[in-house]
Amino acid sequence: MGRYFLRRLLIAIPSLLGISLVLFTVLALAPGDPFEELATNPNVPAEVRANLRTQFGLDDPVAVRYVRWFSSMTKGDWGFSFVSRVDVDKLILQRLPVTLFVIGSSQLLALLIALPIGVYAATRPYSLFDQVANTFAFIGFSLPTFFTGILFILVFSIQLDWLPFVYRSDIAETGWRWWWEHARQALMPIAVLGLFQGASWTRYVRSAVLDVIRLDYVTTARSKGLGEIAVVVKHVVRNAMIPVVTLVALQMPAIFGGAIVTEQIFRVPGIGSLLISSILANDTPVIMAVTFVLSCLVILFNLLADLLYGWLDPRIAYR
Amino acid sequence: MAGLTLASPTASAAPRAAPSISPGAEAWRRFRRHRLALAGALILALIMLAVALGPLLWTVPINEIDFAAKLQRPSWSHPLGTDDLGQDLLARMLYGGRISLAVGLAAMVIAVVVGTIVGAIAGMARGGVDALLMWFTDLFLSLPQLPLLLLIIYLFRDSLKALVGTEAGVFILIVVVIGGFRWMPVARLVRAQFMSLREKEFVEAARALGASPTRQVVRHILPNSLGPVIVAGTIDVANAIIAESTLSFLGLGFPPDIPTWGRVLFDAKDLLDVAPHWALFPGTAIFLTVLSINYIGDGLRDALDPRRVM
Amino acid sequence: MDEKGLHLLIDEVKQGRVSRRQFIQTMVGLGLTAPLASQMLTYSGVAQAQAKSTYKPTKRGGGGALKVLWWQGATLLNPHFAIGTKDQDGSRIFYEPLAAWDTDGDLVPILAAEIPSTQNGGLSADGKSVTWKLKKNVQWHDGKPFTADDAVFNWEYASDPATASVNIGSYKDVRVEKLDSHTVRVHFQKPAPFWADAFVSTRGMIIPKHLFDAYRGAKSRDAPANLKPVGTGPYKFVDFKPGDMVRGQINTNYHEPNRPYFDTIEMKGGGDAVSAARAVMQTAEFDYAWNVQVEDEILLRMEKDGKGRADITAGGNVEFIQLNPTDPWTEVEGERSHAKTKHPLFSDPAVREAMNLLVDRQAVQDHIYGRTGVATRNFLNNPQRFRSKTVKWEFSVDKANQLLESAGWKRGSDGIRAKDGKKLKLVFQTSINAPRQKTQAVIKQACQKAGIEIEIKAITASVFFSSDVGNLDTYSKFYCDLQMYTTTMTQPDPEIFMDQYVSWLVATKENKWQGRNIARWVNDEYDKAYRAAQSELDPVKRAALFIRMNDLIIESRTVIPVVFRPRVSTVSNKLRAPLSGWDSDFWLLKDWYREA
Repeated sequence: MGRYFLRRLLIAIPSLLGISLVLFTVLALAPGDPFEELATNPNVPAEVRANLRTQFGLDDPVAVRYVRWFSSMTKGDWGFSFVSRVDVDKLILQRLPVTLFVIGSSQLLALLIALPIGVYAATRPYSLFDQVANTFAFIGFSLPTFFTGILFILVFSIQLDWLPFVYRSDIAETGWRWWWEHARQALMPIAVLGLFQGASWTRYVRSAVLDVIRLDYVTTARSKGLGEIAVVVKHVVRNAMIPVVTLVALQMPAIFGGAIVTEQIFRVPGIGSLLISSILANDTPVIMAVTFVLSCLVILFNLLADLLYGWLDPRIAYR
Repeated sequence: MAGLTLASPTASAAPRAAPSISPGAEAWRRFRRHRLALAGALILALIMLAVALGPLLWTVPINEIDFAAKLQRPSWSHPLGTDDLGQDLLARMLYGGRISLAVGLAAMVIAVVVGTIVGAIAGMARGGVDALLMWFTDLFLSLPQLPLLLLIIYLFRDSLKALVGTEAGVFILIVVVIGGFRWMPVARLVRAQFMSLREKEFVEAARALGASPTRQVVRHILPNSLGPVIVAGTIDVANAIIAESTLSFLGLGFPPDIPTWGRVLFDAKDLLDVAPHWALFPGTAIFLTVLSINYIGDGLRDALDPRRVM
Repeated sequence: MDEKGLHLLIDEVKQGRVSRRQFIQTMVGLGLTAPLASQMLTYSGVAQAQAKSTYKPTKRGGGGALKVLWWQGATLLNPHFAIGTKDQDGSRIFYEPLAAWDTDGDLVPILAAEIPSTQNGGLSADGKSVTWKLKKNVQWHDGKPFTADDAVFNWEYASDPATASVNIGSYKDVRVEKLDSHTVRVHFQKPAPFWADAFVSTRGMIIPKHLFDAYRGAKSRDAPANLKPVGTGPYKFVDFKPGDMVRGQINTNYHEPNRPYFDTIEMKGGGDAVSAARAVMQTAEFDYAWNVQVEDEILLRMEKDGKGRADITAGGNVEFIQLNPTDPWTEVEGERSHAKTKHPLFSDPAVREAMNLLVDRQAVQDHIYGRTGVATRNFLNNPQRFRSKTVKWEFSVDKANQLLESAGWKRGSDGIRAKDGKKLKLVFQTSINAPRQKTQAVIKQACQKAGIEIEIKAITASVFFSSDVGNLDTYSKFYCDLQMYTTTMTQPDPEIFMDQYVSWLVATKENKWQGRNIARWVNDEYDKAYRAAQSELDPVKRAALFIRMNDLIIESRTVIPVVFRPRVSTVSNKLRAPLSGWDSDFWLLKDWYREA
């Protein structure tokens, strides 16, 4: 397995190269201009825009720009944002802690909801619990986050006045008050994301467990006199984990990439909001950096998932 | 523990299946016995009938602006109330439902079919083919959707419009874009299922009996890996209906005056506190569609899975 | 009112008992045009005086934190690189110009000791120079004195093309001379009726020479002070996260007494306009939210919660429709909408007139924009002294029908009018934005009743307003029959606003569609009037020229103004924040305070 892992890592390098080339081309060809806002300002002569474009090398051919980006990237220089003229790595590092905290917690919440509910519902298919859980799950993923987010704000911030809905990364308080304020403001974005994700994961977990639970070996285990909980945990869940691991691995890069809609609604200064504002402003160096890191994570986590399959089901052979 | 898996697909099902009944008829018999699936099929059929025939029966125009009647609660003249331009919500929901349903279902089919094919090939072929297909999947997973969408509109909208007309061109574009961005999880799920299932005893047995790879896949592996695919399919319907409304904000979707369900829901969000009915109906419509498709999916899986006791 | 009464009233203005604005309104009520009334005051020796301040606090500081919300966060804090309003506003917390524009379009001194005028010798008789006296005893946040050298440096810095300052337009054609340590003179190449551009308002914010001197031209990006501003403003820099947060703290050496009131300021960015309004008016998490482009209906409901109000400040921005005078569907010399072509349908004046009758501006105001968009007949709406009183508009489907009928446009079996085989089918584009799509729907419906079919097209704003040459959907390409957007008036003088119809600025392939005349309408009389206004030093005659230009555009029916768009902010009920439609929201941040 070690050799397999190493080989896969080696394959990852050319594939990342290929991905970066595709990303760069897409971004370079996509319509838009980082200095679009200047165009609507009558006091800014067109020369300024032309000048900035040349200064930032936007008028060079795509291939030249890609080579330039790639060579400075290998030297650890991520470039600077056209919009804020700040170095890209600095911008990303500013946003990273909030993203990791908010999105990370929401994914954790989603797992905490999906695993127990999904497994329990699957052990009693079509029971009352299963039906209620299913209904909530359907509601959960039928409603988009832009909608639930506003619903939460209306209920918890405006009607009940319990929670603030503007997320502030700088909170003046210290000590326990700081923690308290942070928890209060993070509660709604985490809940909105976690519930949305949890709803669909619940369905996957339930389905995966259902697939396994009636297999003969489970019946065998049961007939050997093992307790119900032991059967479910030891025999069923482990075998049902393969789709769940796949999904979690697919979702992991989002912990870095953030959640654009939810971050926008609650003004969470995470990487998702950095990405969307960069996209809207056509700030290519930032978009390029964020998406490139994302693709590295996509590859890494999918590789980890492949390795986990082998641990969950030892008969999966790596060739 | 996984080694204990002695899944023998025929063991429990064989005695009950009368030899004279074809597998298709057997599946249909099982499906009919799944009450929730039947209920789901009924609801979906009703929704489809409503959006197909509704506009013929409820002939209020969808874009008749009447400022005197704006944001009205449901009443006899406007059974679902009105929006902020005084337009009749029932007429709009019925009209927009055609597009939402068509987009949702078509995009789901694309995502599921492409995902299943890619995942199945990768899972069976392994080696170089697997690596290449997974590279492709990873690439799609990491593409930034927004700039790519803008690029696609920019490159293809006018040529497609010229080729097949406005409505059809936009529809194809939307379905391809939404489906094209949603097949990757399905592919990875199917591949994972395949990797696990192809080593199971019953597949080995089939292989030993000389079943061709195609037969192994179609008869043995695929039916057993449908569980997550069906879940993914239902979630994709919901996501596609919502994604369509996001696309229309990028100028990729239908013109903004076409009231698709996702679009109505989006328009309603800022007045949620004063006109909850405006959001309630599109929300419910999406929910019911997802619910029914999901039950149909459950029924299908139970019907196709020979192990399951009905 | 007789002459004696008039003089009495002018005296009252002089003593400050009656404001200039009240005076002008009274005069207009008596049948005088606003520019004439304004001029009357100038001749009577009332300079464009500072409005009486209503600032109450009697000591500096002690006001706690001021929390403001911008739904687009500031991305950089060097005013010379400011890409959008958000950046200008972020910079304005720390930097100040010599003078700023108040809401009537009058100048208020900030770092200047006084506003230059003919009386005080600041304005030369030939109109070719203006002399600014700077305030003494002003300190930068790091304690260094503010002098004429700083002003001269800003001119050098901004006019260097290598710096790529966005303010280059205000500085490149002038020469700035230092007269003494606190006096500078700005020389113009030719008589400049509008002299208050360099060193004024958003483009006039002054950065310190001692910190930026080493970073001129191509090195400008490397200046550490780009991200850590050191200015003269009421608040000192604390922290900056691009796109998210700008924080400042009280400047205890501020150059005006008892100011500022707040101890800290926090400018949070991101999110959307509706929830920004909620955060001020419903939960009171914030004191102020900028540019709340929200339907009035929502604002009115939120105001009922009693925590905040919408503050509506008139400016010059106008939402208008352009009818393409050129043919957008035929390619000539590699471009569509070529200036030489004629629109197949709009070349008939009856069709243009009918379109003008079919835009129900009152309904658009009443049901879509409310207080945030006022139905207008003029392209040039503000300041008052430039507003035309002659043009008229009405909404009438019947008249439109009659007009088209008599012009030979007959309804076909599908209800769409046609003439000579040409059907009245039009494509109407705008950017994606809820009120715009509703306006489109209102116009589409009216047109339908008149037998005109409109296809609605909405383009995402970042594409529509981009200057990308390869993109077909930009507003400057105008590959469409009609389009609608808001054109902004950035200063209270219309010269840079009315250049949108001069023949030498038509957007063409040759100038990469960067010409300001996007409507592509050209007219000899207009050109002449514009040229005359550029050098006319008599304010009354100049105003008359601009009014004439406005009337020419409106009467041509190639441009249909819909609503003029005041700025809308939401303000907590206790906050006193003087705003201006002609300057940054922070133009008078020093005077913001909270009432007990």
